[in-house]
Amino acid sequence: MVHTSLDVVDEKISAMGKALVDQRELYLGLLYPTEDYKVYGYVTNSKVKFVMVVDSSNTALRDNEIRSMFRKLHSSYTDVMCNPFYNPGDRIQSRAFDSMVASLMPQVC
Amino acid sequence: MADAALFEFLHMEMVAELWSHHYDPGPGGQKMSLSVLEGMGFRVGQALGERLPQETLAFREELDVLKFLCKDLWVAVFQKQMDSLRANHQGTYVLQDNSFPLLIRMASGLQYLEEAPKFLAFTCGLLRGTLSTLGIKSLVTASVASLPTCKFQVVIQKT
Repeated sequence: MVHTSLDVVDEKISAMGKALVDQRELYLGLLYPTEDYKVYGYVTNSKVKFVMVVDSSNTALRDNEIRSMFRKLHSSYTDVMCNPFYNPGDRIQSRAFDSMVASLMPQVC
Repeated sequence: MADAALFEFLHMEMVAELWSHHYDPGPGGQKMSLSVLEGMGFRVGQALGERLPQETLAFREELDVLKFLCKDLWVAVFQKQMDSLRANHQGTYVLQDNSFPLLIRMASGLQYLEEAPKFLAFTCGLLRGTLSTLGIKSLVTASVASLPTCKFQVVIQKT
């Protein structure tokens, strides 16, 4: 499911490139809803894509909350990149990053 | 501004250290030191390429990225903007800085011209690293005709 959502992300990015409207936001919004899940996307300037899959039963989540979660993810990812012990391209093993992600989860569960 | 001085001193020490007792006087040693500096600049560029554009809107095309390098990156690292950017629209860009902060305290004119490349290697790596994080593979070289003016040539590698 994450793979199909990546296709949608790519579609949105290429649409952005051709559109004349100044739609250059990093947040991509709701990619597509399915029966059980909602998928949200976010792309950074470095072409790193964040995909968030949320259970549909959680209807209390608002757009603003999703946006702020993506912003926190982006900020932690940037910290990981700046860690001199991290080699870009490797799997992320930072505990700080993991605990930040874990702290986002109770908000949605 | 204290920050600028800190980086300049650190950079001078990095160059001095690489050229001191580790220095193998042959051309091999020289190249090794230059590539170590370039590598360091590359890793720093990769991290800056992630952190600096964090709040910026998405880049629409290659030229936007180059403009970002000339304005935001240069201001963040050297507290000034690049003086000129020339493009040939075929993947080659020349960025010119008329008073490059890492050279300005050395000389004004032709003195120390042979030493200049040592002080440009880190910055070439910095540009290459930032471009790499932003999705552009490139080759960056620097040339100095007369201190403190220097030109960075960025050639985009199309794979």
